[in-house]
Amino acid sequence: MAKHPPQLRKSTLLTASGTNTSTRWGFLKDIRKNPWLYVMLIPVLLYFTIFHYYPMYGALIAFKEFSPRLGIMGSPWVGWEHFESFFNGIYFWRVIKNTLMISFYELLFGFPAPIILALLLNEVRKTAFKRTVQTLTYMPHFISLVVVCGIIKEFTMSDGLINDLLAFFGWERVSLLLESEYFRTIFVSSGIWQNIGWGTIIYLAALAGIDQEQYEAAKIDGANRWKQMLHVTLPGIISTIIILFILEIGKLMNVGGEKIILLYNPSTYETADVISSYVYRLGLQEFNYSFSSAVGLFNSAINFTLVISANWLSRKMNNTSLW
Amino acid sequence: MKRKLSSNSFGENAFDVFNYILLTVFTICALYPLIYVLFASLSDPTLFMQHSGILWKPLKFSLNAYRLVFDNPMITKGYLNTFIIVVSGLVLNIFLTCFGAYALSRKGLRYRKQLMLFIVFTMFFNGGLIPLYFTVKGLGLTNTLASLIIPQAISAFNLIIMKTAFDAVPDSLEESAKIDGANEFVILFRIMIPLCMPVMAVMLLYYGVSHWNSWFNAMIFLQDRSLYPLQLVLRELLLLNDASSMATGASGGEVAIIGETLKHATIIVATVPILLVYPFLQKYFVKGALIGAIKG
Repeated sequence: MAKHPPQLRKSTLLTASGTNTSTRWGFLKDIRKNPWLYVMLIPVLLYFTIFHYYPMYGALIAFKEFSPRLGIMGSPWVGWEHFESFFNGIYFWRVIKNTLMISFYELLFGFPAPIILALLLNEVRKTAFKRTVQTLTYMPHFISLVVVCGIIKEFTMSDGLINDLLAFFGWERVSLLLESEYFRTIFVSSGIWQNIGWGTIIYLAALAGIDQEQYEAAKIDGANRWKQMLHVTLPGIISTIIILFILEIGKLMNVGGEKIILLYNPSTYETADVISSYVYRLGLQEFNYSFSSAVGLFNSAINFTLVISANWLSRKMNNTSLW
Repeated sequence: MKRKLSSNSFGENAFDVFNYILLTVFTICALYPLIYVLFASLSDPTLFMQHSGILWKPLKFSLNAYRLVFDNPMITKGYLNTFIIVVSGLVLNIFLTCFGAYALSRKGLRYRKQLMLFIVFTMFFNGGLIPLYFTVKGLGLTNTLASLIIPQAISAFNLIIMKTAFDAVPDSLEESAKIDGANEFVILFRIMIPLCMPVMAVMLLYYGVSHWNSWFNAMIFLQDRSLYPLQLVLRELLLLNDASSMATGASGGEVAIIGETLKHATIIVATVPILLVYPFLQKYFVKGALIGAIKG
């Protein structure tokens, strides 16, 4: 309170004691006093209203039989029909399962990978070497998704590098991106390749925050480096690990469709098609607008619940949260 | 800071050696795909076709593929479109993000909490793809470059990072400027932004990279191929098996052969600009990742 300029304190007092009318009066007075502040806010609020809230209103078409000609309001209501046909449709379990499986593999392999790399880097005492490894392993993160997928495609073709290497060990050459059983492996491992270095940043920052005296104390107690790692280093970053893990759980049903759409094809839909790619295909390739919106809305609702719970949990555990 | 480790035991020395080797091998694995693409792009197409396995160097050095890449009007046009999108997108991003962040960082602002919630909520819930598509279409933005700029004008996440930075500026600076008769725009541009330059750099990078990488919106909003940004052109060339259309300068028989090295040259041409500037900007990227991590 003391930090506020005096006029402001007065108007706050006024609001606190006053009724509704005085609040509105205070608001108008505030606009008169700081007009430019509100001028700045207008385009920002317009942006969020038009490109975020209006589409939320537009999501009503999930409950309608939308035709662009009739518009959102003019299209007839159909209630939960689209949701029901999604839940009972043949693709429901396929997209749910694929979404969860990819998230699960990412948690299982993608999540620990940067932690392990960070722990190894932490044991390096030559700063120049450490820096070099960091700078070079960050690099794949800066390649655009389209190019990464282009590289994946080149490498997995039947005469690509990976097949060359597999053939050397006596495997048969196959076009890996056309085989549904390899899709998840390709998807998750290329993700690790692209993001492992970048993912270490936060852990290295947490590692740098560990009190060096703890290592001295551990050494005096006779702990070797392995023991120090187990009893000093890991406990030092465990809260970071837990928080990031919880936040990952919050994204469980939110597998980004972009990389899927770049990599999949009809022969791998069986394992590759996730909710977001399904929404895209239904809506913008098959023009099933309302049905696609229903699937999208279902996914948004689940994601919202998951993220909010994850955030609540992480806030509870560590006073850290998304906002 | 230095950990004086008693590295006299054999086991610990062995671990060190193992660790250095492991990290070196690992780094090579992370980089090799790019090196392979580089070597392939510089190779003679016929030799490259016959080759199998690891490339240690370009096979009979040739810049032919690069000549064809730069002869391809789609790529040059794509670069130009991306340039327009990144530059005008950034101008809009920076202005609006700073406006919003500054206004919301003012403690005297009425309904500040509610306004924050209004913005934060959009990070967690969205109307979905189809309603957004019809919103953009309804505004008549489809098939214009504006459809890739205006709907991306503000990222709520970046706005919050910027707001946090403005929050940290002492109020006294603003008050004294006000006494000198400065209005909010002057305070924002003369005091707040200069004081938050490192975070501004992070904003420029984050917005810039997201415009550079973006292809999905272009795919759904654009029909006119001459408007395609680089990434969408790359998708056609690299992922939709359109190599034959790339080699505009090559005769029929050459096309299939040169197509291979051509793809690799295209990847290099599209990636090198980023990888060249990246080491100089790394510090800001890392800073951004840490701010982002603390907030998210």
